[in-house]
Amino acid sequence: MRKILLIIQREYLTRVKKRSFIIMTILGPLLMAGIVIVPIYIATSTNEMKQVAVVDETGLFHEKFKDSETIRFHYLETDIHSAKENFGNSKDYALLYIPRTEVALPTNAIIYSGSQVNINVKSYIRNIMSKRIEDMKLEAQLRNLTKEEDSPVNVEDLLRSIRTSVDINTIKIGADGQEEKSYTEVSMVLAIFGAILIYFFIFMFGSQVMRGVIEEKTSRIVEVIVSSVKPFQLMMGKIVGVGLVGLTQFALWVVLTFIIITGVTSTLTGKSIPAESSRQLMEQTTGTFDAGQVINLPAEPTQEEGADEVFAAINSIDFPVMIGSFLFFFLFGYLMYAALFAAIGGAVDSEADTQQFMLPLTAPLILSIVLAQFIVQDPAGPVAFWLSLIPFTSPVVMMIRIPFGVPVYEVAISMALLLAGFLGTTWIASRIYHTGILMYGKKVTYRELWKWIRKR
Amino acid sequence: MDLFSATNITKQYAAHKALDQVSIQVPEGSIFGLLGPNGAGKTTLIRIINQIITPDTGELMFLGRKLQPKDVETIGYLPEERGLYKKMKVGEQALYLAQLKGLSRPDAEKRLSHWFSKFEIMGWWNRKVEELSKGMQQKVQFIVTVIHQPRLLIFDEPFSGFDPINVNLLKEEILNLKETGSTIIFSTHNMASVEELCDHIALIDNARKILDGNVKAIRDRYATNTFEVQFNTVEKDLRAILPGSFEILESRTDEALQAVRVKLPREAKPNDLLSVMMPHVTIHSLNEIIPGMNDIFIKVVTDKEVST
Repeated sequence: MRKILLIIQREYLTRVKKRSFIIMTILGPLLMAGIVIVPIYIATSTNEMKQVAVVDETGLFHEKFKDSETIRFHYLETDIHSAKENFGNSKDYALLYIPRTEVALPTNAIIYSGSQVNINVKSYIRNIMSKRIEDMKLEAQLRNLTKEEDSPVNVEDLLRSIRTSVDINTIKIGADGQEEKSYTEVSMVLAIFGAILIYFFIFMFGSQVMRGVIEEKTSRIVEVIVSSVKPFQLMMGKIVGVGLVGLTQFALWVVLTFIIITGVTSTLTGKSIPAESSRQLMEQTTGTFDAGQVINLPAEPTQEEGADEVFAAINSIDFPVMIGSFLFFFLFGYLMYAALFAAIGGAVDSEADTQQFMLPLTAPLILSIVLAQFIVQDPAGPVAFWLSLIPFTSPVVMMIRIPFGVPVYEVAISMALLLAGFLGTTWIASRIYHTGILMYGKKVTYRELWKWIRKR
Repeated sequence: MDLFSATNITKQYAAHKALDQVSIQVPEGSIFGLLGPNGAGKTTLIRIINQIITPDTGELMFLGRKLQPKDVETIGYLPEERGLYKKMKVGEQALYLAQLKGLSRPDAEKRLSHWFSKFEIMGWWNRKVEELSKGMQQKVQFIVTVIHQPRLLIFDEPFSGFDPINVNLLKEEILNLKETGSTIIFSTHNMASVEELCDHIALIDNARKILDGNVKAIRDRYATNTFEVQFNTVEKDLRAILPGSFEILESRTDEALQAVRVKLPREAKPNDLLSVMMPHVTIHSLNEIIPGMNDIFIKVVTDKEVST
């Protein structure tokens, strides 16, 4: 055990200290932040005048929505159904609907729109709504206070009691009048993002394992080391060490990306984002958070507009399953493939010889990424179902399916199969590896590999 | 007492047998030569001793008991295919390899600084291996092989790839290690070094052991009853003097002296040769010609090939 830790430590430290690791760690977040920031920037920078129709069933917001430089409000007297029907024919950018509430003050609103709603519009509406409701609460409180003159006033309690967050859902109305919750788009982004992340992680760090094994073979140090430790220990030490490098890089990316995004968006929108919510955002993505926190998020006053929609989408997803299965498929997908990459590295003499073995190994991965577009359209279909069970494709395909909701038992079966796949490939890989690392100057064929696996 | 012994080791690979019922006994404190042509099975046997591969059948005894996995920490191994991590710093790498052999970090540091100053490479501690000359890399390689003061040291073709200066250094160190109580197995086809260093040998050919024992005993066994006599030059033809059963292999004249190699019949003694020659010549010296390991090696291997 001490020895395998030594191996893990060496594999980890030599890679983390490399210049290429540091460069990748800096470039990755810049790229990812760019992907997030550019659309936000475009969304905030359009100065076109937008008309928003308002259907206010409560009557509380009459004349409260003041026109701004880019948004003009007009009130409809019709009910919501006819408003929606007419929406397609009007020139309105969006339709704001504030449903009637019986007892409490309204804190919900729906924005119908033909396209993704501009976040400036949304935040403008939210600000006005919450301010109005806070004013009303304050009024009520003050009325109470004047009645009970002898009770002391606690300003902090007072302020807290009136604080209000408004929950705005956005629903897209298609050209055919069909309604679609717009955050399925977020699910889709989440699905593709998760899938690409796993694909990329397996590919990049799996081939690092392979190159590491080849390096040990060509430098002829491998026999020196296997006279001190078992070949299996060397192989697993390398796989785990490189995996930890990957996780480190991933964690750094998440942290740096959010630092960049929060930094840039706050200067863009001119608002500071509360440290609290960005911290939670970071925690949830690194996976070390308590799921309850995120689900409770809308109850807290969030001023952060850019991430708001993502929060809404995130809230619609079963978080323990999402994060738990992401980590599981992420890790075991990597472990399973890394073992096979190590076996290839052990079997060949140089990187040039790896081609014939790399193709069949990476084909399932490439296939699942190619089919991603299709699976996103039909995440519960037979192709998606079967590919999410096969261990070689399940890490990527399951990640595509999960944001859309997958029955827990299907996830469980897929996990069990992946675990079995991991144990099976590791066993096979360790046999190929063991024989291969001591073999030099021989071009290995599939027949030969088969013999090595069957060997006593 | 034997420090290490292997009994009836067999190892079968898919197509061919690498070792067939091979047994060796390595006495404590000796230098044991494992000889044989390429592909004979030496490296397979050495890997089995290092527990890198397991034999199909056979028993391995070390320090009077069965060989155990943790014994790798009492064995030092310099493989034929050897190297170091090129991109890693010398000191860091040596520490890593020493710790893999079970040394604690402070202990490894202490011993390494001793060896590094002994070989005068202390200044290279923080350099990458690829910046070192081949000779220096070989020194580092040797140090990490012996750093944990193993009871048993195994060198597979230690002299191949080493430059002559390092070969001498290596020989010296091997003898030093023997002095300090280590037992050494080394495989080679450099027969001169066998005669120089080895106490015992085993000769493996085609997966089988075909000869083993004490080097001196083996050479005596292969002695052909041949003697070289030096004497003052005479006009007479020696062939006329010697009996017909005495075979003259070689005759040469060095300035005033003449030397002749004579192979005697099996029952004849060197005294018989002298008594025949003494009346005719003045004898300067008489030496028995003992075959070198090289000759024995070739003879045994080719004889076997002829007989099979």
